[in-house]
Amino acid sequence: MAWFKRTSTDVEASDEKRVKTEGLWEKCENCRQIIWKKDLDANFNVCPKCDQHFRIDADTRISILLDEGEAEVFDERLRSTDPLHFTDTKRYADRLRAATKSTGRQDAIVNVQGKMDGKPVVLSVMEYAFIGGSMGAVVGEVITRAIERGIKKKLPVIVVSASGGARMMEGAVSLMQMAKISAALARLDEAGVPYISVLTDPTTGGVTASYAMLGDLNIAEPGALIGFAGPRVIEQTIRQKLPEGFQRSEFLLQKGFLDAVVHRKEMKSYISRALDFMRVQ
Amino acid sequence: MDPSIKAQQNLESLEKQIERLKGFAGGNQDAIDQLQGLLEKVEAIRGQISVMSAWKRTELARHPQRPYTLEYIEKIFTHWSEIHGDRAYGDDPAILCGMARFLGEDVMVIGHQKGKDTKMKVYRNFGMPNPEGYRKALRTMKLAEKFKRPIFTFVDTPGAYPGLGAEERGQAEAIARNLREMARLRVPIVTTITGEGGSGGALAIAVADRVLMMENSVYSVISPEGCASIMWRDATKKEVAAQALKITAPEMKELGLIDDIIPEPGDGAHSDPDTAAENVAEALARHLHDLKSKSAEQLVDERYTKFRNMGQFFTE
Ligand SMILES: [Zn+2]
Repeated sequence: MAWFKRTSTDVEASDEKRVKTEGLWEKCENCRQIIWKKDLDANFNVCPKCDQHFRIDADTRISILLDEGEAEVFDERLRSTDPLHFTDTKRYADRLRAATKSTGRQDAIVNVQGKMDGKPVVLSVMEYAFIGGSMGAVVGEVITRAIERGIKKKLPVIVVSASGGARMMEGAVSLMQMAKISAALARLDEAGVPYISVLTDPTTGGVTASYAMLGDLNIAEPGALIGFAGPRVIEQTIRQKLPEGFQRSEFLLQKGFLDAVVHRKEMKSYISRALDFMRVQ
Repeated sequence: MDPSIKAQQNLESLEKQIERLKGFAGGNQDAIDQLQGLLEKVEAIRGQISVMSAWKRTELARHPQRPYTLEYIEKIFTHWSEIHGDRAYGDDPAILCGMARFLGEDVMVIGHQKGKDTKMKVYRNFGMPNPEGYRKALRTMKLAEKFKRPIFTFVDTPGAYPGLGAEERGQAEAIARNLREMARLRVPIVTTITGEGGSGGALAIAVADRVLMMENSVYSVISPEGCASIMWRDATKKEVAAQALKITAPEMKELGLIDDIIPEPGDGAHSDPDTAAENVAEALARHLHDLKSKSAEQLVDERYTKFRNMGQFFTE
């Protein structure tokens, strides 16, 4: 079903590998059912038995949200400078190389301009498989450029988040990306251009505490983990187990921080309908 | 003795000599040469101090006797009148807001507040805000904007409070909103990191025209302990993590993420709070003076450009 595929060769290689190693069946982590992979693909990577939304990569996301056909990827060549020359148990530079090798991406984000039910949009999608979708200088810059394109061309901006938060290995540089993107969103807001934030599993830390929570509409997929502090850190702080469903989409909806929780199948039509409402008059 | 403290003492004795020499140097060439030599020595020592270990600075930034926001308010401002509450849920004692006067001018002051004794530490939640704190801060910032008053913020927090209630009441949304709204406030904003600049809880009141760090303050995306336990899976690696994260004022300046460094007296701000406050006041006056020459549009544009340009990248 994924019509949107990059053309670079190393990506195709990794796709082939995935088919071989993952086999034809997948187990649902929620209901423990074994599902035929083709059924899963045909069902938007949502478990046909229990509606568990599986994590999907950025290409699949783009295929689901945009009209089939021409979609222009932009700002795809940006790479991290490793501003702190960071090394923990591994060199950050090596982590970056490994992530690029396994995902075929330069960083945890992809910008694309395409159409949604015929309406032109700028779409920025995070790649969770790239160092946990963490936000460093490149993610900050690429999302900011998507927003600036939205302002310049008066095109609605949609950002799909899937991230563990700020990228520790870029230290305070990554922290400042929160301010940078939020400042760009202030300009987008002043230009009267729609901004829709889509929160998917997981959206936590500095990503939630900046652009993910600043949409004209904040829409989440069902069951996504969404929060600022991680559940384990909270448990350590309060010294007790967290209640069932804490920091999940439905919980945030109930507490008033999401505008809607929308099934992956319905996401495109929900956003499309919102864009009609928000069209510039 | 700690080498950095020794360096600091050397520096002080040299500075005293310089002052004395300046007094009677006049046109005396020998005295001028001697003065030149001393100034060079001072520069060299300052260099040594700036590489003082990141962990040492973290400890100084967290020093129990370090002056907190209220002390700076008492020493630098007059006519302090506190403003409480977020008009939605409650009042957060971890963030103070209030009207004050700075050199006779009405200003808004906002800052994290830690407690000195156990009872007050708990009351102030160790300086870790709940969402109400950020919302109160934003509310008072908008008040300042309405009446065209400059805003001073003081940052000293381990970070946002990782509690159940803070999550339930949307701390992510509260922080995010502050970042966006501060970016477009039409009045001058000067932020001083006085102690710990802990991640999102710090940044939520720090999207400013000028961000100043005190010499022994730290500013970080995660605490050294947190980073150590995640990246090294060993919390005792905190000193290595502190170094790796580049959290000190000189490093933050080098990275282009802050605008100025405020020198601290003696062994750190706690050793001489009066002088520390004088240094802060001097820096605030200087930066505010600068900012007041700019129009609201210019302020907002330059603030945007500053944050817009943070973070470099390669383009292939
Ligand atoms: Zn299932």
